[in-house]
Amino acid sequence: MRVELTVNGETRAVEVEPRISLLDCLRERLLLTGAHAGCEHGVCGACTVLVDGAPVRSCLMFAVQADGYAITTIEGVAPGPGELSPIQDAFCETHGMQCGYCTPAMILAAHALLADNPAPTREQIVDAISANICRCTGYAQIVEAIALAAERMRGLNQPVCRP
Amino acid sequence: MNAKQFRFVSGDRRVREDRRFVVGKGRFAADIAAPGMRHVALVTSPHPAARILAIDKIEALSVPGVHYVLDGRELAAATQPLLAGLDTPKVPRRPLAVDVARYAGEWVAAVVADTRALAEDAAELVRVHYEPLPFVLDGETAYAPGSPIVHVDHGSNVLIDRTFVWGEVEKDFAESPHHLSLRLRWGRSSTVPIETFAVLANWDPWRELLDVYASVQMPRFPEQVALALKLPGSAVRVHNDVDVGGSYGVKRGIKHAVLVGYLSRRLGFPVRLVEDRLENMRGGDGHGPERNFDIEVAFDDSGVIRSMKMRALDNVGAYAGRSPFQLGKPIGAIVGPYRINSVQYRAIAVTSNKTVQEAVRAFGQSPTNYAIERAIEEVARHRGLDRLEVRRRNLIRAEQFPYLIPSGTTYDSGDYHAVIDKVIARANYAGLLAERDRLRRQGLLAGIGIAACLEPSGANSTFEPLLNPKNETTTYSDSCRINVDLSGAVTATIHTLSAGQGHETLVATVIGEVLEIDPDRIRVVRPDSLSSLPSQSPVGSRMAIMLGGAAFHAAQKLKARLLAIAAHDLKIPLERATYDAGHVFDRVALQNRRSWAELVTIAHRHFHRLPPGTEPGLAFTHVMQVPTGGQLPTADGRVQMYPCFAFEFHLLLIAIDPDLGNPEIKHYFVGHDCGTVINPKIVRGMTMGGIAHGIGAALYEEFAYDAQGQLLAQSLMDYLLPSAHEVPPVDIVHHVTPSPHTVFGQKGSGESGYLGAPAAIASAVNDAVSPLGIVVNSLPIKMAQLADLIAAARDKSKARP
Amino acid sequence: MKPASFEYARPADLDQACAMLAAGDDTRIIAGGQSLVPLMAMRLARPKRLIDIARISDLAFVRRESDAVSIGATSRQCVLERDAVVRAAVPLLAKVIPFVGHAAIRSRGTIGGSLANADPAAEIALVAVTLGATLLYREDTANGEIAARDFFIGPMMTALPAAGCITAVRFPLWRETRIGVGFHEISPRRSDFAFASAAAQVALDENGICRRVALGIGAVTAYPLRLDAAAKALEGTRAEEAVVREVVRTAVADIEPLSDLHASADYRRRAAACLAVRAILDAYRDAESAHAG
Repeated sequence: MRVELTVNGETRAVEVEPRISLLDCLRERLLLTGAHAGCEHGVCGACTVLVDGAPVRSCLMFAVQADGYAITTIEGVAPGPGELSPIQDAFCETHGMQCGYCTPAMILAAHALLADNPAPTREQIVDAISANICRCTGYAQIVEAIALAAERMRGLNQPVCRP
Repeated sequence: MNAKQFRFVSGDRRVREDRRFVVGKGRFAADIAAPGMRHVALVTSPHPAARILAIDKIEALSVPGVHYVLDGRELAAATQPLLAGLDTPKVPRRPLAVDVARYAGEWVAAVVADTRALAEDAAELVRVHYEPLPFVLDGETAYAPGSPIVHVDHGSNVLIDRTFVWGEVEKDFAESPHHLSLRLRWGRSSTVPIETFAVLANWDPWRELLDVYASVQMPRFPEQVALALKLPGSAVRVHNDVDVGGSYGVKRGIKHAVLVGYLSRRLGFPVRLVEDRLENMRGGDGHGPERNFDIEVAFDDSGVIRSMKMRALDNVGAYAGRSPFQLGKPIGAIVGPYRINSVQYRAIAVTSNKTVQEAVRAFGQSPTNYAIERAIEEVARHRGLDRLEVRRRNLIRAEQFPYLIPSGTTYDSGDYHAVIDKVIARANYAGLLAERDRLRRQGLLAGIGIAACLEPSGANSTFEPLLNPKNETTTYSDSCRINVDLSGAVTATIHTLSAGQGHETLVATVIGEVLEIDPDRIRVVRPDSLSSLPSQSPVGSRMAIMLGGAAFHAAQKLKARLLAIAAHDLKIPLERATYDAGHVFDRVALQNRRSWAELVTIAHRHFHRLPPGTEPGLAFTHVMQVPTGGQLPTADGRVQMYPCFAFEFHLLLIAIDPDLGNPEIKHYFVGHDCGTVINPKIVRGMTMGGIAHGIGAALYEEFAYDAQGQLLAQSLMDYLLPSAHEVPPVDIVHHVTPSPHTVFGQKGSGESGYLGAPAAIASAVNDAVSPLGIVVNSLPIKMAQLADLIAAARDKSKARP
Repeated sequence: MKPASFEYARPADLDQACAMLAAGDDTRIIAGGQSLVPLMAMRLARPKRLIDIARISDLAFVRRESDAVSIGATSRQCVLERDAVVRAAVPLLAKVIPFVGHAAIRSRGTIGGSLANADPAAEIALVAVTLGATLLYREDTANGEIAARDFFIGPMMTALPAAGCITAVRFPLWRETRIGVGFHEISPRRSDFAFASAAAQVALDENGICRRVALGIGAVTAYPLRLDAAAKALEGTRAEEAVVREVVRTAVADIEPLSDLHASADYRRRAAACLAVRAILDAYRDAESAHAG
């Protein structure tokens, strides 16, 4: 089947079997390998992407279901080559990762949270990442990264209306 | 020694590896594709034990896009068995079962197809005819005579049963007024990384070279793959620049790599296996210790333990590689942080029809720490003494270091009492006790958990000759090579894979410290295994010590060369040449100097200006043996195990709903002394991650089996990994007693947190339920089962007149 | 864990969807996929054809009717989580939705999908049974409805005909003005399938007496149970703790809870009782603080 996917602002047509997950399609057909497979049954969250700005487990969506949405992967987050978004930079500042496998998903979850709630409490941050399992960090430095990012972003000149 | 004397070491620097991970540019094994690559799916045994009568491949092979179905017999004919650690030649281990399947989930056949999905389609169509056999699941049952034997030719399920006696155990027991004994159970869990094992193998028949890209953490991995495939070592090229998505011990991967390596050679194209979660949990062989402890301690009126007898029986599963050594490594810290005078230790490893174990973080030390801590708590209870005070009385004192323990290891340094004092102060211990009592008055069960544990670090595989005298391995090395190129840029190497430990940052920081140049200017690369020097991979909490040490010494060699070149060119005696951040000047005539650029140019281009006999260029290598290592054990099994000993002290407050049984950790404090900290962000991450692992092992995670030998926790729906909700904030207090054995005084910290958290949580739960007369002597402590114990105890107390 | 092959169709409307469903063997509806796709990944479900109804706009709605709130089957849980009508008119559902999985699951999961999946621990099913909701469905061209208490017949089993498609679920409106709700569940980790759960809704008169009580427990048996006798026994009381405990104790004495690797039957019984008491007390307190009118 042919399906048009809009990923990171670019629309591309792919020819896929219906059973190909959005995760596998992103990784193998579009060569966007930042989303990772950890369980393929919707528990670990390493496959998280944003669909119309909301976190979604891409292993639980078929590519053929994914047309007509604005899909954001980690590859669409950095502002430019060699640059980091405030959230990505905050994760580097607090060392909110070790092996990096859950990191793209955590960062996207953070983006979704902060777009909706620019001043989250610690409990709200924990809740926002509770769907993403990290086996390396014990979460402390991830929570701190998101809190730091929130603080920094509140200080930036951001447009009020987000695309 | 304090941090102020360092420029970069101990500085709060960013971890450079993070940059590629936050943009999704990590290079994980499943990200790597090769043109013409095909995919593997496994056919697995549904039975815990069965004879394989026939494998019918016809239907599977008729699926379009399917290339091959490999069975165990074909693979066995073409390969050597995987290496075992113990001397157990009749317990061979191979990637695919040969004639007999020995655990439910064991890999029986491998299907190769154009896509993974097609391979799975075909795997369902492979018809294996089994004759089920009797099986055994429980470790004690497997040990007892008369149980089904997993490897019939071996004659029993016992892989090792050896008793060590260090010191005058019977005399110490006879002379002690008090004894107590305890049986404990450490349930089977593991580290379960989010990334499963993935490996791509590509055989080039013209170069006769097998390229391997794998998500691996395994000492001597290239050699073992080559050995199994009957290839010379130089025919296997393992790529060290693959990012590993977490391992914490388990990604040994020999069987996976041998499987795809063989397939690639046989079929003539690259072959990739990415375990799915089911293959991983059931048949990836990544399980951890499943251990029964029987402990007896002999102690005096004040609760000081004079002697200990420990029997540790581990159910390693259907085959064994290095996993039985997880009974040997803890020998190097068998008394924990305590001054126990004599020890009898019986190590038993048995096979059963369960999934195979690999190496779990700390290689058996965490279960052993749990056992020692439970024992000391029972001593306190027996004597009616405060649990903290009893520990203080038993702990090795600062002035006693270096401290020789009965089993022959010397602990390098420590000040355990100081660490505890710091934690008690930070935690406001009296306030914590008051809060516990307030929670109890509110109707909750509440308890304070305490654990004092060691992290042996630096690694050393002397447990190999200790448990297998035929294996005289005493070398445990690591290396670093530094090259300064013609432009003056510094590049250093790491010769193994990393799984997020920040090794590139470590190497750059160490070299920057020695050379007095900004670590960010130092490039760190990972040559492949053919271009590499010896490395034993990041196991046993060794890399800060070993890789850090090798980088340090290589950098010192570079510095010495620069001094020598400058002295010769300035025509001054060497003693007057003074190094300063890459430049060298004459101590008595400061204006006489050579800059970094000048020295580099001389080294690379002006041979006529070099001291006679000097090699051109600026390339330096250091291959380092583990400090204090290099000896074989004595006849009675005493040996120096690891060189360095970090210490951690856990203190937590837990509240448990008496009706629902759900635990809530209210406060958590840890005192951590890992010597000089090279990068605080990295060390903190390790400790927090280790605590999260420990919380999982204590409260949530278990590879439970049913009576039919089926693994009940096959997916992440049933194997419960702690999320951010389950890991509380932890307040970490630091202390530094440097190691005399390492270049900056650093000790390892890769296992920190995991070593003490299960013991501390068990302590807290027991403190909480002790008013009800309940003692919990097994892990994990699952909510519903705890609630059942509480309900039964309450019923019993209601029933009393 | 790749699913077995299937065909995929996205009908433009409900008529087409039902016709496809009626015509084929091994045909299944997919909406959010949050329960179905994991089953397919493990090859425990192997439909030959998937009919995607997620984008049939007629099936996503929240309508306040005269005596009920009607919610379309493909309404996404994240939308319902923020819906003002749900919050005002079906407060028990609003209370419970944040407990359904994680936000990422609720981004895609639908109310109809959750009900059709019929997991014994499902929160939405518990609310449907507790409040006496009605499920509307279409089978080919015929419309039908089933009361929630008759809809769930076993673990992961419903009375929905094989070719049926849930179209909406109707929650009855309570006319009373002082309404309060309570919900508790217990699971090993925050968002796991619960071992036991309890939902309660109470309406008080101006003197603080319970005029109407609805109580249900979930996760302990194959499907949610509505505890009518207990609810009736609490009407006319002030839901004093001792009274509630005794009423609940009696109610759970007769149930036959599930027992598995995670929790014994006895645990589930005790936990259900404990949570039911808490849910009622919470609902009472919630109603007390509600303004009349």
